[in-house]
Amino acid sequence: MKEAFITYHTMISSLGFSSEENFNQLVSENTGIKKHIRENGESYYSSQVDKQKVNQEFSKIGNIDNFTTLEKMMLLSVEKILKESELKISDKTGLIIATTKGNIDTLSSKSNFYNDKKRSYLPELGKQIKTFFNFKNEAIVLSNACVSGVLAVAVAQRFVKDDVYDEVIIVSGDLVSEFILSGFTSFQAISDEPCKPFSKNRTGITIGEAVASVLGSSEKNKNAVQILGTGSCNDANHISGPSRTGEGLVLSVQSALKEANLESDAIDYISAHGTATNYNDEMEAVAFGRLGMLEIPINSLKGYYGHTLGASGLLETIIGIESLKNNTLISSLGFDEIGVSEKINVIEKPENKELNVFLKTASGFGGCNTVVVFGKISD
Amino acid sequence: MSEKLYIQKYCSIKNKEVYVGGKLMFSSETSIAKDFFKSVYQFLDIKYSKFFKMDNLSKLAFLSAEFLLDKNVSEEKNTAIILSNNASSLDTDRKYQDSINDSENYYPSPAVFVYTLPNIGIGEISIRHQLKSENGFFVFENYNANFHYNYENSLLQNNKCDSVLAGWVNIDKDSYEAFLYLVSERGEIEHTEENLKQLYNL
Repeated sequence: MKEAFITYHTMISSLGFSSEENFNQLVSENTGIKKHIRENGESYYSSQVDKQKVNQEFSKIGNIDNFTTLEKMMLLSVEKILKESELKISDKTGLIIATTKGNIDTLSSKSNFYNDKKRSYLPELGKQIKTFFNFKNEAIVLSNACVSGVLAVAVAQRFVKDDVYDEVIIVSGDLVSEFILSGFTSFQAISDEPCKPFSKNRTGITIGEAVASVLGSSEKNKNAVQILGTGSCNDANHISGPSRTGEGLVLSVQSALKEANLESDAIDYISAHGTATNYNDEMEAVAFGRLGMLEIPINSLKGYYGHTLGASGLLETIIGIESLKNNTLISSLGFDEIGVSEKINVIEKPENKELNVFLKTASGFGGCNTVVVFGKISD
Repeated sequence: MSEKLYIQKYCSIKNKEVYVGGKLMFSSETSIAKDFFKSVYQFLDIKYSKFFKMDNLSKLAFLSAEFLLDKNVSEEKNTAIILSNNASSLDTDRKYQDSINDSENYYPSPAVFVYTLPNIGIGEISIRHQLKSENGFFVFENYNANFHYNYENSLLQNNKCDSVLAGWVNIDKDSYEAFLYLVSERGEIEHTEENLKQLYNL
């Protein structure tokens, strides 16, 4: 059985167009969340990407009128990975696209692609990315609610370990749309201020948008982290409410640690989901209590990016990888007083600390949970 | 696990008919998906009121699973669910978009919004059969036997689960199609890409 590594990564977010730029902003505790105005005139907080800059950058590689905003962001980020890695795409190169809603904005008559009825189908998004770069295999589109981005890492690891693929490009992304805003508003889940994960004063989520890409590979390089273990278990409890016992998250962590052959005390840092809804944050705290992991430094990055849906898991994985590389813990922005029943160890200030292993977790509608353990490589 | 793997059971639902293990189990005259699903539910003779709250995609996934999972044994089994389709949740997405286009009804009910995710059907099956195992929902142009074979094989060979409930479950406007199967160490049809393709095309 082969080993699987992440060797290259990049992202496009409200805080910049590269992983490094993003990480530096987080070290300085700068948020990408700002006040925006809805189509109906209401104001809301959100973290959004500079679309003019997307067009400016994209015009260097393609015609900006031929692609949707999400496609342009995905293409830009895959282009960057291919260039940096000098990867030669072969029939053993996989492509995974992780997204919760894809080109859902094309269902609206306000979209330039409204009349292209195919465009709202996820396989068409896959085809756009595949064709642009001449990938040999059909894109694997993964749409599993808010765990999509981190589940894609688990799927890539499994295919690399089993020698189905030598390397897998993963691109994950979601945009802020009226569709998403109205949906979360209907759940009364949207905060009227920038979100405050794990805080006693939290009032719900902030929606964000981003695209993140990584190269998963059986070959390591000097920047590589190893994907040590993965797990993705269902709560079997409720389709829209997190389990009160954190069952699926507990099982996912156990499954990932078992595969990694590690005990929970080997984890130096947890990059949690932390959406800042009452139920989600409480569920996570209960799960980490059950797992005996309350002492481990933990953060949610939603205070910087909001909840970027399917992109969040991969975006937060990349920040975790940068944390490992720089031996730097990022603060959990928006946190003040603890507001969950278990005393988790929320990171309040950026801190230098030797880091070797971290855990990325995510949970979503449908009762899904995904956990991946990453480790520094020593050589 | 390094045992040989088998397609233990399989089921397909399309064109007003239900086939289990290649044998016709149920057929109906109704051409409306929602009504057809209700008649299949009645044929199964179960009481599960949550069924009536589901969207069509979840109903189709749920019904297909009912034909394959034994309610008495699934509780202790670590059964993963890996589904795929072409249209994701677009059938419900379009209804949701129609309602937000209407400013009178700008905030539709959260009970509709939650079904704008294709993996909700996996959640429904998990709740019904208390399956707390691996999940994944994938989207392809057509049923991708190569992907399914490789991923099911990986989950089982790496001991992530004891069996996998997997397959294709698609709803797009008026058309519906499900092909679900159970992969485990038991059975007679070997779990191969070729066999998956053949059974899908039956």
